Amino acid sequence: MKAPDFAYARPASLDAALALLAAHGEDAVPLAGGQSLVTALNMRLSAPALLVDLNAIPGLAGVTEAEGIVRIGALTRHRDVGTAETVRARLPLLAAAMPHIAHPAIRNRGTIGGSVALADPATEWPACCLAGGATIVLRGPGTERRVAAEDFFLGLYTTALEPGEIVTTVEFPVPESDSVWAFEELSRRHGDYALAGLAATARRNGAGLRDVRLAFFGVADRPVLARGAASALEAGDVAGAQAALADELDPPDDPATRAATRLQLARVILGRAASRMLGRQGGSQDV
Amino acid sequence: MSAEMGGLTFLDRPNSYIGRSVPRPNARRLLEGRGVYVDDVAVARLGHVAYLRSPHAHARILSLETAEAKAMPGVIAVVTGPELAAICTPWVGVLGHFKGLRSAPQHALAIDRVTWVGEPFCAVVARSRAEAEDALAAIAVAFEPLPAVADMETALDPDTPAIHADLGDNLAFERVLDVGEVDAAFRDAAVVVEETFGFGRHTGVCLEPRAILADWAAADGMLTVHHSFQAPHMMQDILCKHLALPEGAVRVICKDVGGSFGIKVHIYPDEMATCALALMLKRPVKFVADRLESFQSDIHARDHRVSARMAFSAEGDILAIDMDDLTGIGPYSVYPRTSAVEANQVVNLTGGPYKHQHYRARARVVLQNKAPTCQYRAVGHPIATMVAEGLVDLGAEKLGLDPFGIRERNVIPDDAYPCAGASGIKLEKLSHQAALAKLKQMMDYDALRAEQATLRERGIHRGIGLAAFIEITNPSAAFYGVGGARISSQDGCTIRLDPQGGIVASVSVTEQGQGTEGIIAQIVATATGVPMDKVRVISGDTQTTPYGGGTWASRGAGIGGEAAWQAGKALRANVVAVAGAILQADPASLDVREGAVVDMQTGTERMPLAELGRIVYFRPDTLPPGVQPEFVATRHYVPKDYPFAFTNGVQASYVEVDVETGFVRLLRHWCVEDCGTVLNPLLVDEQIRGGIVQGIGGALFEHCLYDAQGQLLNGSMADYLVPMACEMPDIEVAHVVSATASSELGAKGAGEAGTAGAPAAIVNAINDALRPHGARVSRQPVTPDVVLEALGLI
Repeated sequence: MKAPDFAYARPASLDAALALLAAHGEDAVPLAGGQSLVTALNMRLSAPALLVDLNAIPGLAGVTEAEGIVRIGALTRHRDVGTAETVRARLPLLAAAMPHIAHPAIRNRGTIGGSVALADPATEWPACCLAGGATIVLRGPGTERRVAAEDFFLGLYTTALEPGEIVTTVEFPVPESDSVWAFEELSRRHGDYALAGLAATARRNGAGLRDVRLAFFGVADRPVLARGAASALEAGDVAGAQAALADELDPPDDPATRAATRLQLARVILGRAASRMLGRQGGSQDV
Repeated sequence: MSAEMGGLTFLDRPNSYIGRSVPRPNARRLLEGRGVYVDDVAVARLGHVAYLRSPHAHARILSLETAEAKAMPGVIAVVTGPELAAICTPWVGVLGHFKGLRSAPQHALAIDRVTWVGEPFCAVVARSRAEAEDALAAIAVAFEPLPAVADMETALDPDTPAIHADLGDNLAFERVLDVGEVDAAFRDAAVVVEETFGFGRHTGVCLEPRAILADWAAADGMLTVHHSFQAPHMMQDILCKHLALPEGAVRVICKDVGGSFGIKVHIYPDEMATCALALMLKRPVKFVADRLESFQSDIHARDHRVSARMAFSAEGDILAIDMDDLTGIGPYSVYPRTSAVEANQVVNLTGGPYKHQHYRARARVVLQNKAPTCQYRAVGHPIATMVAEGLVDLGAEKLGLDPFGIRERNVIPDDAYPCAGASGIKLEKLSHQAALAKLKQMMDYDALRAEQATLRERGIHRGIGLAAFIEITNPSAAFYGVGGARISSQDGCTIRLDPQGGIVASVSVTEQGQGTEGIIAQIVATATGVPMDKVRVISGDTQTTPYGGGTWASRGAGIGGEAAWQAGKALRANVVAVAGAILQADPASLDVREGAVVDMQTGTERMPLAELGRIVYFRPDTLPPGVQPEFVATRHYVPKDYPFAFTNGVQASYVEVDVETGFVRLLRHWCVEDCGTVLNPLLVDEQIRGGIVQGIGGALFEHCLYDAQGQLLNGSMADYLVPMACEMPDIEVAHVVSATASSELGAKGAGEAGTAGAPAAIVNAINDALRPHGARVSRQPVTPDVVLEALGLI
């Protein structure tokens, strides 16, 4: 299929982009990496009158660290997030997650801001935001809001973004020195959407763990923090944590994969992530 | 394999390219992006057509309002089914030799009723595809949904409505074969095993989608059709018939074709409609299927359920097979090859490697409201192979025999040929024993079993699976011609020697990326004695090539190659005859090598072909009296001794099953196969590997999923999983060579062997891995769902 006709603007400043979005309301859509939006256009699932291309706006891409916060510009490409020295040193969870995102061509073009704003429930960055306690920075015309990841992802492709707002930055607190992490993902083929995935962080607590955050993806209509399972893990009860998932996750029954399968896979990757976090500082399976 | 020149064969000719891994001549052009696919053909005044397709599995079209669409920007025409039917007559996909096969008349655009999700029923032609799609959205259609027949298991129930009322019920075809004393064999058997196997629907996903550009030039009275297709002459004949045009008024050109796998050898309503629209509008019209409509409208394949049992003696001899196949083919049998062939092949092929004498099979082919199915790579083979090989493994387990041992014991011995299989298939020369022996050594079977046992103790569950198979290649007219289909089983090659010593070879077999043109160039160069870089090959044009069937059923090299060989030999004879007259030498003492006429015995150059060409073409006045050179030769070939040239092989798969997640990792894969003379080892091995990968697709990944209402649920590349490189194992290929005596080259086909055996090898390997858990899978694709269900974890 071919995309329906649309107008295209490439503003040179954030304010100009926000003004265009405000002027055209729901008829306008911001374009970042385009890896989901352009497909939707070509399949005629989306027919905006105006695309507002954010790629010419200076300062929206890049990774910086200051005062215990790593700031990732919304227009930073997936690959650049995962390979940034700061991310590799401070946020190894994100570096481990990056190779699981689709394929190299998509990682070279797609952006973290676009991924967070789209909120596909089977993708990696939203879960990493939940696990890492990220804050999503939003700009509207003359406004700036900071929303905790836990309050940002509201449902299937639904976020706290208001019309006319765009994501400008994703902020991660630098983990404490006793932090551990794990990233697990199961997909049918390399690069496919996850059947079940888990971004996990915790702090060491003697031989055990505390402050456990288990962010599952691909197993509900949004990324899910499994708090009951986290409590069980903090209590040293891995089997209990796995059992708790039945009440916390609501996997979809899709044509190729039963909900029961996704739940089983979630239990398995929780067990594997727990072993990693209990066994050593962090890790993920090979991609 | 012919012996010439004192007992030597063509392999020994001084400049033989046969048997060598020479690169295909078109590879560089295609890699440089200079291919000419249908969408690359530029013509003036082009109209782009997009089709309105049914959103319902079965519905009556109550009304169709096109006025608004006709007024949209760029729209050239909006054409409905009844309007198109005035130009293009309907067809019925039946064949005379399938007794009782029934289907209903099918129109290029559905007239008053749509019968599957994706069936085209209205066309918009516009200046661009985007404008055509804009206008599609403006067409208002009122449907009356009708009951959909989605489940093949209930399609024959008395209370299931007939999709075509005139047929009375949904049974399109039934075949029963009963050979020997099956009931007695099962009664007396020491061991009987049984299983029900499921084979999901999948499709052939080509890099280049289906595409056609039809250009009607009224002044010439010529319809020129650029088509991404395998069989240009067949298309020409069918267009003539249904558009009421004489043969000379239709030219079908298939330049570069980006993959076909069997799906581009069928008559598609949207492609016929595109040609009819070009006639109607008197201008060129192009249709390129997009990926979404490809999933809805390309033919699908498989969708079989087979219940089968196998009887063994106490010693492990296979005594009998009894099987029942049910398959759903969509609402119409596809024209002109029909959709009964896959089930028919399952009956013919199941148990084909083995020497049992008692065999009963029933196949029922039912209509349903899903996309039509038809022939796709390895038609019926992976089903037949899975059924027999799955049962053989079950028998081995019950009898306590090794999977290799039970196969070695039961295959038809290599010295028993020629003979017939239990289903009646005639087998010229196969090599199951040699292939099994080669495979066992190649995979280091005993060491692999030891590794499996060691890893098992560490909780790593690996499995080894085997699959012996046979493949139908080089079909004669027995395949389609005898049933009344105007599908050529003979093919031809015309070779011309030009003044500078270059060769142009024109062939009726076609190229879709597998290397047909490369094989033809090798054969022609060898036969004529001209260096391969001086050979140009033309294929895929009804106006400039000999008449023939094209490429399908693994026939390009075996049939088209033999025609090229014979034509090349004839041209060489003509060349040395003229050279002999000029040189005053006995033509029998001359040969052509490396582009020069040479003395046969010494190899001494007597005259370069360029000099001969100069004399023949520019100074014919100097030729001796009575010499009339004929530097063009044409030969045709069709296999006559056997209806088909069967090949054989055996594959092995080594997998690891994660018994917590149900994920299967493919570790290694082996194939030993026997396609007779190997013309180009590189191309044959890549055909085998590509075929195995498509077999892996069917075994583990690919599945057209429909709901109970007949809605296709996963028609995109995001959720229809094709096999991709990261998940593929290393594939080792080896050969046994049993040349067919039906041709001088002795080549049989190799295009489908990989797909025939891979699924059974993989499923058997998975079951081998799962055996200690008491779990077993029998439904393809083997997804995590299937494995976890077998393990009782979900």
